[in-house]
Amino acid sequence: MIKIEAIIQPLKLDMVKEALNALGIARMTVTDVHGCGRQKGRVEVRHRAEYEITFMPKVKIEMAVCDAVAVKAITIIQEKAKTGKIGDGKIFITKLEDVIRIRTGEKGEVAI
Amino acid sequence: MNSSIITIIWMLICAFLVIFMQTGFAMTETGFTRAKNAGHTMAMNMMVFVIGVLGYWICGYALQIGTKGLFLSGVDSDTSIIILFLSQVVYMNIAATIPTGAMAERWTFKSFVVYGFFIAMFVYPLYASWVWSGGWLSQLGRNFGLGHGVLDYAGSSVVHMVGGIAGLAGAIVLGPRIGKYRANGTPVAIPGHHIPMAIVGCLILFFGWFGYNAGPALADGGLRVGVIVVNTMLAGVAAAVAAMCYMWFMYGKPDLSMIANGLLGGLVAISASCAFVSPVGAVMIGLVAGVLCCASVFFVERKLKVDDPVGAVSVHGTCGAWGMIALGLFADGTYGDGLNNVSGTVKGLFYGNASQIAAQSIGVVVDIGFVFVVMYAFFKVLDRIIPMRVSEEVEFEGLDQSEVAVNAYPDFSITKTRR
Repeated sequence: MIKIEAIIQPLKLDMVKEALNALGIARMTVTDVHGCGRQKGRVEVRHRAEYEITFMPKVKIEMAVCDAVAVKAITIIQEKAKTGKIGDGKIFITKLEDVIRIRTGEKGEVAI
Repeated sequence: MNSSIITIIWMLICAFLVIFMQTGFAMTETGFTRAKNAGHTMAMNMMVFVIGVLGYWICGYALQIGTKGLFLSGVDSDTSIIILFLSQVVYMNIAATIPTGAMAERWTFKSFVVYGFFIAMFVYPLYASWVWSGGWLSQLGRNFGLGHGVLDYAGSSVVHMVGGIAGLAGAIVLGPRIGKYRANGTPVAIPGHHIPMAIVGCLILFFGWFGYNAGPALADGGLRVGVIVVNTMLAGVAAAVAAMCYMWFMYGKPDLSMIANGLLGGLVAISASCAFVSPVGAVMIGLVAGVLCCASVFFVERKLKVDDPVGAVSVHGTCGAWGMIALGLFADGTYGDGLNNVSGTVKGLFYGNASQIAAQSIGVVVDIGFVFVVMYAFFKVLDRIIPMRVSEEVEFEGLDQSEVAVNAYPDFSITKTRR
């Protein structure tokens, strides 16, 4: 089992979600987040003065995935979230020790 | 005080009330659109007023009333003409504002500015002159025996249908917002971001409508103002109740946003006939308008597949057309002697006169045909010169920053994605 945390462009969320659903992965948590990286924000002009937006809006997808589909899931996120420009985001992958479904008490891959 | 001063004061009060309706439009439209486009929607509603008044001053007014009034030069000593400008320009602004709702959330500001001048200088004044300033539609009665010619007391067709049909043409040229229709063509609901704002706007419009409908009441010498305001009130509330019941029976819940649209639809429908019908007639007109408004919203969305974010085409176009026809049905023969140079009072089909409804129908057909053809052609040509639609990135990001250099809510995290 792995845990995927993908930080992507907000506009790509729909496409990523639909592609994951097509793989049979329908469980995820999505949050609006702000961050900065190599993109270093963006400069907007207002009243002729420049002001910097240092943290860019992104969307974070968190999901636990069984080993069987892990590689596929990661590939599909990278494919669908890619625009090729700076600011596309990152995918963080960690090994997951355990998962517990609160309602039933099930553990491990069946609980995902 | 003599009666002419009272008339002037009354016209001024009503004109100021109609100016306040601009606030109502701005709030209703902005409330029904998404947070990322709130600044842009507000900007359109504010600037259409500013641009419209100037355009109407340049040549719109002159085109409407005939020979006088280009740049209002040479008429400044003539009080009646100069006051008439004020009371007419506010009506024009209502018409010019309506398409900003139907075309919200995807319209470039550059092309919008050109549109503002075009409708205020040419399209609205032409149709208004045909109906209100002794033009050929108003003379159908005298020349061809069709009732009293096309009658439109406060502007169901002159103001609301012109706006609604122009909005329809614009929304067709722009195309639906990204994410409005699924690949298989079924519509997706895109909820507005601030329903309390939209409802306050709707109530402001309701309030302003009493000035809107009652404005001409003293100008033409008759004391019909009591009938007019009561009919306005009754048609509005009847339409809201009808919309509530329709949504409750058809979709299980009394949808608040549709009730608001229904209320406005009833007010649009009664505008043409408010001086001519009985209170019972006003309630009937309102009830039909409420149902018609809801049905039309779904028809435009599902059958025509035209994306109208706030329902402007249905509220103003469909209900405006109904209001015109309704005058030809419900006019009860207590008012209108001598209007458009035809003697006798105005009677509708239910009171034994079939010729008035014929004139009203011609008015509706001409309005739809003229405004749609002219505005569709205008938008198509304009699109070639100044692209009407914003780029895909801007539409995802929201139009606020790139089109009008403000974010409506900079301190809040705004959802940019479709959820």
